[in-house]
Amino acid sequence: MVLIGNLAQVTGGVAEFRLSATSVKQLFQQLAELHPALERHLEEGIAVAIDGQIYQDALLEPIGPDSEVFLLPQIAGGRSSARPHRRIFAR
Amino acid sequence: MAEAATNGTNGQSYVGTRTIRPDGVDKVTGRARFGADFNLPGQLIGRVLRSPHPHARIVSIDTSRAEALPGVKAVITRDDFGDQPSEFVPAGEMMMNYKDVVRNVMAREKALYEGHPVAAVAATSAAIARHALKLIDVTYEVLPHVIDVVEAMRPDAPLLHDDLFTAGVEPKPDKPSNIAKRVEIVLGDIEAGFAKADVIVEREFKTAPVHQGYIEPHAALATVSEDGSTELWCTTQGHYIVRAHCARLLGLDIGKVRVTATEIGGGFGGKTVVYLEPLAIALSRKARRPVKMVMSREEVFKASGPTSGATVHVKMGATKDGRFVAGFAELKYQAGAFQGSPVQPGVMCAYAPYDMENVKVIGYDVVSNRPKVAAYRAPGAPISEFAVESVVDELAKKLGLDPIELRLMNAAREGTKAAYGPKLGPIGLEETLNAVKKTEHWNTPLRKWQGRGVASGFWFNIGGETCASLTVNEDGTVSLMAGTPDIGGLRASLSMVAADELGVPYDKVRPIIGDTGSLGFNFLTGGSRSAFSGSMALVEAARQIKADLCARACKLWDAKPDQVEFSHGAVRPLGAVAEKAKPMTIADFAKIAGKTGGPIGGYGRINAQGAGPSLGTHLVDLEVDPETGRVTILRYTVAQDAGRALHPAYVEGQFQGGAVQGIGWALNEEYIYGADGKLQNAGFLDYRMPVASDVPMIDAIVVEVANPRHPYGVRGVGETPIVPPLGAIANAMENATGIRFTELPMSPPKVLKALRERGLGRV
Repeated sequence: MVLIGNLAQVTGGVAEFRLSATSVKQLFQQLAELHPALERHLEEGIAVAIDGQIYQDALLEPIGPDSEVFLLPQIAGGRSSARPHRRIFAR
Repeated sequence: MAEAATNGTNGQSYVGTRTIRPDGVDKVTGRARFGADFNLPGQLIGRVLRSPHPHARIVSIDTSRAEALPGVKAVITRDDFGDQPSEFVPAGEMMMNYKDVVRNVMAREKALYEGHPVAAVAATSAAIARHALKLIDVTYEVLPHVIDVVEAMRPDAPLLHDDLFTAGVEPKPDKPSNIAKRVEIVLGDIEAGFAKADVIVEREFKTAPVHQGYIEPHAALATVSEDGSTELWCTTQGHYIVRAHCARLLGLDIGKVRVTATEIGGGFGGKTVVYLEPLAIALSRKARRPVKMVMSREEVFKASGPTSGATVHVKMGATKDGRFVAGFAELKYQAGAFQGSPVQPGVMCAYAPYDMENVKVIGYDVVSNRPKVAAYRAPGAPISEFAVESVVDELAKKLGLDPIELRLMNAAREGTKAAYGPKLGPIGLEETLNAVKKTEHWNTPLRKWQGRGVASGFWFNIGGETCASLTVNEDGTVSLMAGTPDIGGLRASLSMVAADELGVPYDKVRPIIGDTGSLGFNFLTGGSRSAFSGSMALVEAARQIKADLCARACKLWDAKPDQVEFSHGAVRPLGAVAEKAKPMTIADFAKIAGKTGGPIGGYGRINAQGAGPSLGTHLVDLEVDPETGRVTILRYTVAQDAGRALHPAYVEGQFQGGAVQGIGWALNEEYIYGADGKLQNAGFLDYRMPVASDVPMIDAIVVEVANPRHPYGVRGVGETPIVPPLGAIANAMENATGIRFTELPMSPPKVLKALRERGLGRV
């Protein structure tokens, strides 16, 4: 899993991770546990590229065992702006 | 149940044909109702008092004299809007912060640009409303202002927000500045890449802010009842987003707000945000009467978002055989008075058309005393790609290579690792370059003072939350409802998909755009997403109907699911069942719907993923008049990958429209400010947009590299065509004059000056 852009600043410069997540939700959860400061960014809107395909607001999208995943800035939002932020990862 | 692959009535497919547009008759007869056409009994007229200063602290606002004027029913100011916390949310194709949105719709502590709303009134006539504005006493403490992006970045520049600290830099700054954010992407090792380069070109570019220039001004009509139920009609690219913003800003329950999107006279990204809508609701809530508000053209220019002007530094390196080995860029984008320029997509798109191992792009989001920018077709991409495409052309010249061949040598393909991270899926850049190369246009000779330019462009495209419904009426006709405003042919495109999916004639499908109470949440029309996402939702709805009809047929025929199939508009019996039953069309089922389970319908609700990028290549011929500096576009060809063109005429229209807007951006359009920080050309007489007589017919070549993630192979097409024109025209100008123009617009005074400086123009 690779962080693109400014996200690596939040992780102290670490941009690449090897994680065992089987879904975007799990991926975010594992990242948030490793780097709690990332959680706010993950909840505010991050696009996920899985094997070259970009997904936005797709927590339930599956991730294969050998998938290459990139986290990149969201191209555009797909959710109602009036929806309150809420914790989406079980902790 | 079996579902045959063949669609359409008797195997006919409407997708890919040029059907008559369902909204055409109303539009050519004047019957279509746009934002300003809506009225309600007893409505009041709303007007906005705007700041005359580009930067001023608002010491006090006294509305008592205006409120006392007979005929004035409500006056609102900053006191009518609760403050909002700092919270970023996706808006249109960019991010926004509600703390800023509430301040943009109504100035709070300070007025941050000329035209910033300070108060609004609702009165029984426009004349009374205008008079009332003059009776509002605002005391300003005028502050120094800053307009230019580079000046705004200086440490001693007038500060717009004392709580704005540059994000994205370490350590976090201890002083506020006008630089809201620094972003960057890095791929490979840029220094190692330049070390391999035989040729390096480095240039600085400057682009002017330009307005989307939609012909229809912003308009809103609101009515709020005593129980808080709110209805709003407005011209918008996303009525669900308008509902969300208004509910948030005014503390309303979303379920109590019903928004209807009127016909829209252009948006291009500029109608993805709110301006008048919350003001009209707030005034109506106060006055207990409907309130109608319509912007003048001057207000549109001064107070609705243009896109960024920018300064861009580009450095590219290539080997002598033409391989791009390194690309660097630094982008400084104007955000307007509040943070949130499209610099992030500008950064990501800059080198996206090319397969490069070493890329570094840095971007700055900078506030200044201008109206807050809004999305404009492929937000951010035209600016950065203009600079890169100009440098690519210079590299071709230095290397002695054909500019199309150089692009083909370096073109991104399926499997290319994009500069912004992931590997690309199937894309059609090579196909567009080859298509242009084969044209007669590319091979036609030119005369003196004429030049030819080529450039390519990239845009991501998006999907997002989308709903669509199909209802089979009692007579077998079909009602189609979509939830995204139709700007570029959505109703025609979706009707064709529905006709093919259900096997009914195209003219038996009647499409409408539902209000926010009719369907679940829909993200807005933008990001080239509405036909892509809407057709995916519609296929889902149609499949529900087909499954339902097959199930009904099984019960009617005592058949098993594998003994029926839906094809060519009918459920057909298979095998032994075929001996006792005859096929039943949708119209047949419609007649007995009540007896077989009730009304027939389907409802697609999706979060569409898999929007494949669209890439294009433009070719332009132009002629420069050495006496006046005027540039005439002689010929223009667009080739772009549409995945699959649902309605080719609409796709070609998108290509042509984007090209013409790009021509305006390249040659004439700009916001011109005086030393006083006031906009000097807030009208179409002085803000020069191209009109039909300024441009030739734009030739459109539709390339179709299917998007494997869409059931029909569709890609969005609306954004990409505005990306290449800026670079293509600058490259043509260089070929016509020998001068590399690096500042937009290349307007007659600038061209003439450049020619004379080189002894080329006639004095």
